[in-house]
Amino acid sequence: MLRIPCPFCGLRDHAEFDYEGDATVTYPPLDAPEDAWFEAVFLRENPRGRHREYWRHTQGCGAYLIVERDVTTHEIFGAELAHPGMASAMEGAA
Amino acid sequence: MTGFRLDAGGVVDRERPLKFFWDGKGMTGYAGDTLASALMASGERVIGRGFKYHRPRGVMSAGVEEGGAIVTVGAGAKRVANVRATTTELVAGLSAHGQNAWPSVRFDLGRINDQLGRFFAAGFYYKTFMGVLGTGTFEWMQFEKLIRRAAGMGRASREADPDWYEVVNDHCDLLVVGAGPAGLEAAAAAADAGLDVILADQDFALGGDLLGAAGPVGRANPANWLSKRLAALSGAVRLMPRTTVFGLYDGVVAGLVERVTEGLAAPSPELPRERLRIVRARRIVLATGAIERSIAFGDNDRPGVMTLAAARTYARRFGVLPGRRIAAVTTNDGGYADAVALAEAGAEVTLLDSRWARNPLAEAAEKAGVTVRQGGVPVKAEGAFGLRRLWVGDHLGGGRARPEEACDVDVVAVSGGWSPVVNLLSHRKVKPVWSDHLACFLPGETTEPIHVAGAAAGVWDAEACAASGKAAGLAAAKALGAWGGTVPNAPGPNGWEAPIDPVYEVSAERWKGKRFVDPQHDVTTDDIRLAHREGFVSVEHMKRYTTLGMATDQGKVGNVIGLALMAEASGRSIPETGTTTFRPPYTPVSMGALAGPERGAHWRPTRLTPMHEAVAASGAAFVDAGLWKRGWYFPQPGETMAEAARREVAMVRSSVGVVDVSTLGKIAVQGPDAAELLNRVYVNGFAKLPVGKARYGVMLREDGVAFDDGTTWRLSETEFFMTTTTANAGEVMKLLERLLQTRWTDLRVHVSSVSDGWGGVAVAGPKARAVLSKLIPDIDWSDAAYPFMGVREGGMKIGRGAIPVRTARLSFSGEKAWEVFTPADYGPHLWKTVLKAAEKAGGGAYGLEALDCLRVEKGHVTAREIDGRTTLEDLGLGKMASRAKPYLGSALKNRPELVRENRPRLVGLKPVAEGARFRAGSILCRPGERSAHGVGWVSSIADSPSLGWIGLGFAEGGLEAWEGAQLVAADPVNDAATLLEVVSPHFYDPSGSRMHG
Repeated sequence: MLRIPCPFCGLRDHAEFDYEGDATVTYPPLDAPEDAWFEAVFLRENPRGRHREYWRHTQGCGAYLIVERDVTTHEIFGAELAHPGMASAMEGAA
Repeated sequence: MTGFRLDAGGVVDRERPLKFFWDGKGMTGYAGDTLASALMASGERVIGRGFKYHRPRGVMSAGVEEGGAIVTVGAGAKRVANVRATTTELVAGLSAHGQNAWPSVRFDLGRINDQLGRFFAAGFYYKTFMGVLGTGTFEWMQFEKLIRRAAGMGRASREADPDWYEVVNDHCDLLVVGAGPAGLEAAAAAADAGLDVILADQDFALGGDLLGAAGPVGRANPANWLSKRLAALSGAVRLMPRTTVFGLYDGVVAGLVERVTEGLAAPSPELPRERLRIVRARRIVLATGAIERSIAFGDNDRPGVMTLAAARTYARRFGVLPGRRIAAVTTNDGGYADAVALAEAGAEVTLLDSRWARNPLAEAAEKAGVTVRQGGVPVKAEGAFGLRRLWVGDHLGGGRARPEEACDVDVVAVSGGWSPVVNLLSHRKVKPVWSDHLACFLPGETTEPIHVAGAAAGVWDAEACAASGKAAGLAAAKALGAWGGTVPNAPGPNGWEAPIDPVYEVSAERWKGKRFVDPQHDVTTDDIRLAHREGFVSVEHMKRYTTLGMATDQGKVGNVIGLALMAEASGRSIPETGTTTFRPPYTPVSMGALAGPERGAHWRPTRLTPMHEAVAASGAAFVDAGLWKRGWYFPQPGETMAEAARREVAMVRSSVGVVDVSTLGKIAVQGPDAAELLNRVYVNGFAKLPVGKARYGVMLREDGVAFDDGTTWRLSETEFFMTTTTANAGEVMKLLERLLQTRWTDLRVHVSSVSDGWGGVAVAGPKARAVLSKLIPDIDWSDAAYPFMGVREGGMKIGRGAIPVRTARLSFSGEKAWEVFTPADYGPHLWKTVLKAAEKAGGGAYGLEALDCLRVEKGHVTAREIDGRTTLEDLGLGKMASRAKPYLGSALKNRPELVRENRPRLVGLKPVAEGARFRAGSILCRPGERSAHGVGWVSSIADSPSLGWIGLGFAEGGLEAWEGAQLVAADPVNDAATLLEVVSPHFYDPSGSRMHG
């Protein structure tokens, strides 16, 4: 069982979360050409080692997190809020 | 001679006899017995039958590695098959049966298989029945049925499990697995440092090997040592006997299964049978011990052949001597103490040591009455239903032997060396490391917070095991900051004076007889060599071809022998040959424990709408739609579903109907940029939607395929009420959250799911306005004041008060219609009030079946059409897409495949012959041309009271290619084919005049 440190809720089982894909992809603007969208939607690197990925704390606070995980060992190095505004607000609160 | 109970000794309670039944025969054992020890004490030798050859099998071990005494326990719904008699705690009234034998394990007709042994070698089934005789899968399946009957295990109960199970989530600082000397010391050291410790052991008694120890712990009497440790631990750590740690997982998480009612003759129904405990530990100590290996020699599966430590355990722990005359066989120093223990218990013991050099331990053994024969090995056992004789040979080296003499013995107790239980570490992908010196796999290095101690780390001596455990406990305490001392050096692997002689198989020229490696799956040494001859080089392939280690014991005894033979056959070393990976569970775990309370109605949640009870009181029959119970139809006395639905459809078309639409997804979209968000996710424009109006919208996935549809109502400049399909409510919410939290983080919008916050009804039909205007008088219901797609809020009169309602003039049915929502708690009032008024006006309730028919008549699409394969154009909705703005999915919706001319597009379908029917899911084929894919498919059908059987579907090229032409709805599964005419999907009132005005 992976355990993810949610900034709001604390260390929780991954069963509370949904995996939501690669967090390193930058999505183009809506009016960008087909090629740019094709790349963002379909093309993925598959690197060994540390990876940044989105997880949604579906059974908890609902926040989207960026989780850093080693895809070969499953070691989790940390999690931050995906929304920069929420992330800085949390920092301010801390 | 059979086994018998000694007058004294062991940890069984001779004051507490327990009556039990074996194959219906009453027998007596003692509290503290296992089923195996009690059967042995009662003189039973044949306990099981082999899997393939049906050879008689007896007790082969005293633990979880058992491959012989596999039985069925209990009866009726409580029957459990494939149970190890060696780990089953004896309770009063326990009833066990032999399995895989007919009529009994003593006399089994299936034994004929043994004579036909050559037909049952590895891979025989596949080669013969799939290759030579069979021309295909069908033949194989027929043979497989026969083979399964002949070669098998016990039969599971076919009844529902009457017991219940629970799941507990738990945490601790340190989880110690195994309560032998190492585990006890580790737990004690950690508890002394103030840690929260769980000490779990699979046995019903704590102590591991100390329960029947061969010798002292250092100079201490093992029983005294144990009782002192247990007394100290009581209250200081959480002691969990009867608890198997069956798997280790990511994040220092362990899966434990507690057998809660084991050992209770009449457990309270309040108790779960088993409890799955998911433990999140900070650190783990594995003190899982080691398992003794056997040696493969001729007919080494005869009842009476067991491991040497097992024979000693029966004598010392259970006070049962397995036989009078025992041949103890060893390749290592460990065998001497066990042989002495058996002699001290009264047996006549001959110790065969495969090593020729006079062992320093031999003198003491001889003093205890053991006859020691250096350089002796077992060649062949005799005695089908119980050992009578053992042929002993001189060891010529490497397992080759020259038979010399036959000894009359009733037990052969074998020690071929020890295998540390590295299984749990293997679950963490830590590869074990072969030690030539100890002839075993030792645990590999791990970076996880897991320590290995005692025999699991290759430490054989009990006192050294205790020291190893203490060091592990202190190291764990130090790592967790609970202790600041210096961790003592742990004793390394070993504990033997003379090195082990790695003998895995004993063979003698011209001496035949099966030599078993895996007795539970009947895999012999010849099967391993056959696998090698046939080109199976990888150990993983060898395992699958021979099925070695694939029985319920998962190769705990046989794997290393098989591996060594494979290495020898291929001329490689054991490390070069590699080993298979152990995976969870360590021992079998019941399905019930894994399911816990999530079964039957609790397998998944049941969702009820806020007005469910009221809808049910109105006479609804319900249908499952996802998690929801939805009102399906409202039968009048004597009506079938089809009759009721047809009546309901006609009622809506002619008068007025009320339907519960509370299951629709509802999302509150709020904030200054709410309109901008909607404008980006819907294909059509939402930026200029006026306050007080609703709009039908369609969303695409970002790859350009249609995703969901629904209406969104503008309540104010900054607030929208979005509805989604029932099925996609969660997915749409997730999409909006994803976009707002990860991509469009500058948008000032908040979305919240309010699906459960509102109950709603749709009121449809020519008399809908009349009904609603009386109930909600504070809204002006005239066509001019409340136009199509209008949104109005008001109060519905109930008694002297009113409930707040949020309404919109929308039509899914094609009639004049409104959706009326109210806060969920008022849902029942809304349903009862509106239905009463509708009935007064000559209408009534309608359900999902009629709703579906009404929309098919109108050609409206639902999830059956928006099925993840179809585009806007396929659905006939292409004109909705805005050309003035980009939206999610717009960039990729024009990829070549998605704009291909002859894509299947929405069409209407009706049978050519009057009264003919067809099914949704049928394949649309050209008449006379039946193919697997055809030119499209039928997505929905309806039994329309005015139009007869009609349907919607998709055909290549759509209406332009097919209008007026004929297609066949082919339904090969039901062997049906119906000739259809392709028509416009807008069957009913295509101009939409009925819903306006």
